[in-house]
Amino acid sequence: MKGIGTKISIFVLMMAALLPQAVFAAGEKADLVIIVADTRLLSGILKAWGTLYNESHLYFSLLTIVLIPVIGFLFGTIADIVMKGIGIDLEHRELSEH
Amino acid sequence: MDWLYVLMPISGVTIFWPGLVILGVGVGIIGGFFGMGGAWMVTPGLNILGFPMAFAIGTDIAHMAGKSLISTMRHGKFGNVDYKLGLIMLVGTVVGFEVGAQMVMWLERLGNVEMVVRLLYLALLALIAWMVFHDVAKKKKKDRDAVARGEEVDKLSTGISWHKTLHKIKLFPMIHFTASGITCTAWLPIFISFFTGWLAGILGIGGGLIRMPALLYLMGCPTHVAVGTDLFEVMISGLYGAFTYTMKGRTELVAAIIMLIGAAVGAQIGTVATKYIKGYGIRIAFGLAVIGCFFSIVLKLLAKEIPAYSTLLNNSSTTLVLGLVFAMSLYITLKMVAGAKAEVAAKKKR
Repeated sequence: MKGIGTKISIFVLMMAALLPQAVFAAGEKADLVIIVADTRLLSGILKAWGTLYNESHLYFSLLTIVLIPVIGFLFGTIADIVMKGIGIDLEHRELSEH
Repeated sequence: MDWLYVLMPISGVTIFWPGLVILGVGVGIIGGFFGMGGAWMVTPGLNILGFPMAFAIGTDIAHMAGKSLISTMRHGKFGNVDYKLGLIMLVGTVVGFEVGAQMVMWLERLGNVEMVVRLLYLALLALIAWMVFHDVAKKKKKDRDAVARGEEVDKLSTGISWHKTLHKIKLFPMIHFTASGITCTAWLPIFISFFTGWLAGILGIGGGLIRMPALLYLMGCPTHVAVGTDLFEVMISGLYGAFTYTMKGRTELVAAIIMLIGAAVGAQIGTVATKYIKGYGIRIAFGLAVIGCFFSIVLKLLAKEIPAYSTLLNNSSTTLVLGLVFAMSLYITLKMVAGAKAEVAAKKKR
């Protein structure tokens, strides 16, 4: 896992260097149509999420792309534990043909 | 039964959440097995569940990033991910994608290009389907000929071997990709990824559907490594896509998280199934998925051309896609269960 973490970090830095213009371009397009979340019917965490979106698109977007891999990793790890519990070898694959 | 529905905070629509979990399982299985994001399968599904199209695309991309991360983690442990190749190709993909997207915007200023793009997409899908089945037929012929000569069938042989010609190009710098077992000029993956990225940018798609056959037939990756490496790229491009769509206010993270619950299970099933299915089995199933995608787009195009039948044709397209997702998920799951049972039984015998 340490290896993949390092590779992902290198990639994130590379993306930041390669794509700032594209990212800002996306921001400008968003200004053309503004969608506002209607938080009146929401409560609890959903209301907080909707409010965060209304207050800052950038902060909301950054939090989204942090949460997606974290949640993916979490769910993936749980599914791993279940699969291992069944008795499937999740480390090796014997087939080597094209 | 109100508890089965959840109000989405950004789009303001009420969604049947078990539907999201089921959809997540289906596309998780297919994505983990084929190494593609599968936007063409998820978007109509989300649309049926009640999401407006713009939110369906953004939410799909957000969930795709998480799902691909789960599959990449698993494929990585099997040694199916060539990180070096993935990172090099990523640069070409990103640059190619931006060039393609800018080119479409330039063409749009000259006139309506939508039909041209759709037809180009169809031609490309037809070419990919032909490549896959031509490759399978050639491989079978090679195997039959070997048996007829009384020789042993070479497990590493391929039907189409264009990559061997490309590997003969000895341009500096030469590079070795350990996981793929390939040595070639560094310009080969850069050029291939630029080209596939450019095509994806023009067509407005994620690119897994194009990159996967490019990795197989142009780079010469073994099928399992092509699947794993493609997923690694889908994961990263998905995160970038999720950021841009969220900036436009078109991502419903709550729905993406609910889908991820199903996708976490589905991605494991799809990925583990690659342990039990031979490389050419994956290629054939991939070819069938491409054909399904082809016909769903034909139906969508016909719906635009024949407005009187548009509802029927659009519904047929969605039914075809969702039917395909169901049938393939079922096939992959059955194969995975049969393989796992055999593995567990063999372990108990020892």
